[in-house]
Amino acid sequence: MTTTDRPGSGGGAAEAGQLHGGPDDEYSPEQLAAMDRTELDRLGARYDGVEILHVEPAPPIGSPLDKKNTRQVTFWFGLAGLSAVAFLVIYAGSGWFLPDWEWSIGSSTWSSVFTPLLGATMGLSLAAIGIGLVLYVKNLLPHETAVQDKHDGSHFDRVTTGATLMGGLHNSGLPRRKLLRRTIGFMGAAFGIMLVSPLGGYLKNPNTGNPLGTTPWGSEPDIRLVRDDGTPIRPGDQAAGSLATVFPAVENGDRAPDAAVMLIRLRPDQVATLTPAKGREDYGYGDYVAYSKICTHAGCPVSLYEQETSRILCPCHQSQFDVTQGAKPVFGPATRSLPQLPITVDDEGYFVARGDFPEPVGPSFWNIGRLG
Amino acid sequence: MATNTVPGPGQPTTLAGKAALEVDDRLIVAGPVRRTLNKVFPDHWSFLLGEIALYAFIVLLLSGTYLTFYFDASMQEVTYEGSYDALRGVEMSAAYESTLGLSFDVRGGLFIRQLHHWAALLFVAAICIHLLRIFFTGAYRRPRETNWFIGVVLLVLALLEGFAGYTLPDDLLSGTGLRIFSAVFLSIPVIGTWVYFTVFGGDFPGELIIGRLYIIHVLIIPAVLLGLIALHLLILVKQKHTQFPGAGRTEHNVVGHRLFPTFAGKATALLFIVFGLCAALGGLVQINPIWLFGPYNPSQVSAGSQPDWYIGFVDGGARIFPPWEIDLWGYHIPPVLWGALGIPGVLFMALTFYPIIERVLTKDTASHHLLQRPRDVPVRTSLGVMGLTAYIVLWISGGNDIIAERFDLSLNAMIWFGRIGFLVLPPIAYWATYRICLGLERHDREVLEHGIETGVIRRLPNGEFIEVHQPLGPVDAHGHGQLAYGGASVPKKMNQVGGARRAIKGFFKPLEEPAEVQRQAELEARGLEAARADRELTGSGRPSEGGRPSEGGRPQDPRD
Repeated sequence: MTTTDRPGSGGGAAEAGQLHGGPDDEYSPEQLAAMDRTELDRLGARYDGVEILHVEPAPPIGSPLDKKNTRQVTFWFGLAGLSAVAFLVIYAGSGWFLPDWEWSIGSSTWSSVFTPLLGATMGLSLAAIGIGLVLYVKNLLPHETAVQDKHDGSHFDRVTTGATLMGGLHNSGLPRRKLLRRTIGFMGAAFGIMLVSPLGGYLKNPNTGNPLGTTPWGSEPDIRLVRDDGTPIRPGDQAAGSLATVFPAVENGDRAPDAAVMLIRLRPDQVATLTPAKGREDYGYGDYVAYSKICTHAGCPVSLYEQETSRILCPCHQSQFDVTQGAKPVFGPATRSLPQLPITVDDEGYFVARGDFPEPVGPSFWNIGRLG
Repeated sequence: MATNTVPGPGQPTTLAGKAALEVDDRLIVAGPVRRTLNKVFPDHWSFLLGEIALYAFIVLLLSGTYLTFYFDASMQEVTYEGSYDALRGVEMSAAYESTLGLSFDVRGGLFIRQLHHWAALLFVAAICIHLLRIFFTGAYRRPRETNWFIGVVLLVLALLEGFAGYTLPDDLLSGTGLRIFSAVFLSIPVIGTWVYFTVFGGDFPGELIIGRLYIIHVLIIPAVLLGLIALHLLILVKQKHTQFPGAGRTEHNVVGHRLFPTFAGKATALLFIVFGLCAALGGLVQINPIWLFGPYNPSQVSAGSQPDWYIGFVDGGARIFPPWEIDLWGYHIPPVLWGALGIPGVLFMALTFYPIIERVLTKDTASHHLLQRPRDVPVRTSLGVMGLTAYIVLWISGGNDIIAERFDLSLNAMIWFGRIGFLVLPPIAYWATYRICLGLERHDREVLEHGIETGVIRRLPNGEFIEVHQPLGPVDAHGHGQLAYGGASVPKKMNQVGGARRAIKGFFKPLEEPAEVQRQAELEARGLEAARADRELTGSGRPSEGGRPSEGGRPQDPRD
């Protein structure tokens, strides 16, 4: 047989060509019928470049070892089936002939073991199938060692494929037609940009209205400081050394990502060492200071106030700020002080903000120093 | 052909056989199916690590699809009226509310949710372990660089997919993570604020991000993952698997088991075991109890907030990076950029381009199908351990507050440990690994030269005591072994060279005749020897005549 007799290459022949890739002309059906199953298996394997080097037979059927192995596999497959049934019973039976599955605080034991039982039964069922299969393959099947050849790329394939490709390119004339080539390049670029351009509709300008530099505290004058339940605060309400999270008394003030403020009442010894930032000496009120709660490192709420050391710790990346030093960072990755909110009290004796923070709240960004 | 009424020779007589013939008449698949069934896979436990990742992915697709039927990826404010008392009446997003519903009001919903989460943790872990195996055995070398790149991309996508996934419930923990993520966007020089506003559709958190993350999590990344995994496997099948060096194993063959039935059986078993493990964890071990965290609120946070394990190293980088903010005439580059984006970026770049770096430095451009033992390439192994050490320092730093709290250590000391450790420990790890590799290498060669220590002490007539060594092969006049090191594991114990009989099977009583086992062992030893001799004669398993191209249909030199 020569390569021109390969399937599909007998162009124009009236007879149907050879349909199979195999050597049907070398092995007649009679020859193949004379072979037993193992011989046929090996023949096919050889044709695929695979040689069976060594077969270690499984234990003979009926031998004590075979019986033991069969028992093992049967046990695991049986267990898998039983666990699956148990899953079904628990899943469907809860609330029917078993206690209710729905859990609520203080409810029955059954509802709190419902999910664990589902996991245990399904997990056991699946794992038992896996273990049974492993034992099956290991102990009940013959172990054969096979070797298969690896082939390098064929030179013939490379040359012929290359010729076909280059022929097509040559016939297209593109290598000669410079203008057409350039036009196609232009078309492709313009088309590609056109395809992605609708994404531009999602672009948002971060500089319209200065959203990064302002917070709800600047939306109107003299906004009251309120707790999360909406109640305003008087200077006498907090114990010395305590911290309260407060929000601007505007709509959704407690939801805004940049509005949360820590109102801290300093102890007398803290007041004695209080050194506010330059130009912000009057930002506090009496023994009260108010700082943004949003960390200047990555925007987490800084919440852990250790009043012994006057430090506020951010639980996300452990930046630490000293509240007696204008909340400047004293340890960790943060670089900027927590912005201070200027506060005073209004006619009714409640805390109000005298205006917005003097600088952007939260993490730094590229043009933070250039916001108008 | 199918019209034959009298079965000719070799024609099927059974029902299954006839059905198979009908199928093959239409599709002509017998050849490709036989080639597939006959494909030989090498057998080593470490080759199954990637499969674990694949099966975890299948579990994720199945359980994730289940979750989508209930989850509502909306940030619409709703008031919770479900069956969990502690949160009834609380304002929350529809995403959080539906996740609570999945956990409390859908039968088995909590189980599937937790199964999905555990499978995600296992997915990333399996990818990482698989990557380490590939790295330390040099399996990425030519011609497998493409699959290495695809693998690294798969890892990065898996990290993003995991992050997007655990952010969806919109609980306090994941919302905090998202806020940190937003700070990383903000920190990008020049375009940071634009990226931030575009991603969130305005200022953080806005009302769009959960819906966007949802479609990224359930459609975009899974589709890319699926495509890349398919490509990864196609290339693997096309290039054939690597193997460790050993008797009869060459650069031009694969020794192992055929796909059918041995490998298929084991692979299916592993699928079930992985699925079973995820199911057991999903039911028995609580994970991400979002109802304890509460809905996201930008003014609240819990102490000890931790991301899923695979994001920990990013967080660690952000924690230990010193407070260095670059200020260029009012334009700032904040430290979170270097900590959370820069350090992981450098690590991943080094990982991605390692095959190219190694190729350039070693000038080794040949194709390799035999793996290397880590000890035989001390520089690569040491570099790998160095990178791993840096990763582990970052990862530990990601949980440094928990460690400080649990072990009653100073938090600031933990941060300094991270800062100094990140710089100092990797070089130490490099040096130590290098020495260990050399030591192991030398010991292998020593055993090859002098034989295995038998533990038998002999007293010579002159009173000198010597230990008897068992040579592994022929020896020269001085008693030195003649075997060269071939990159394969060297036996170091007498039992590994047949010093002891294999154990008799049976737990309570012997199931085998000891004499029969002995006889079999001798037969086997003889058989192996014979097989080895055969192989040496033919060079490869290929028969000398009758062998045909395995790729089928490819014309070879005309043989007649």
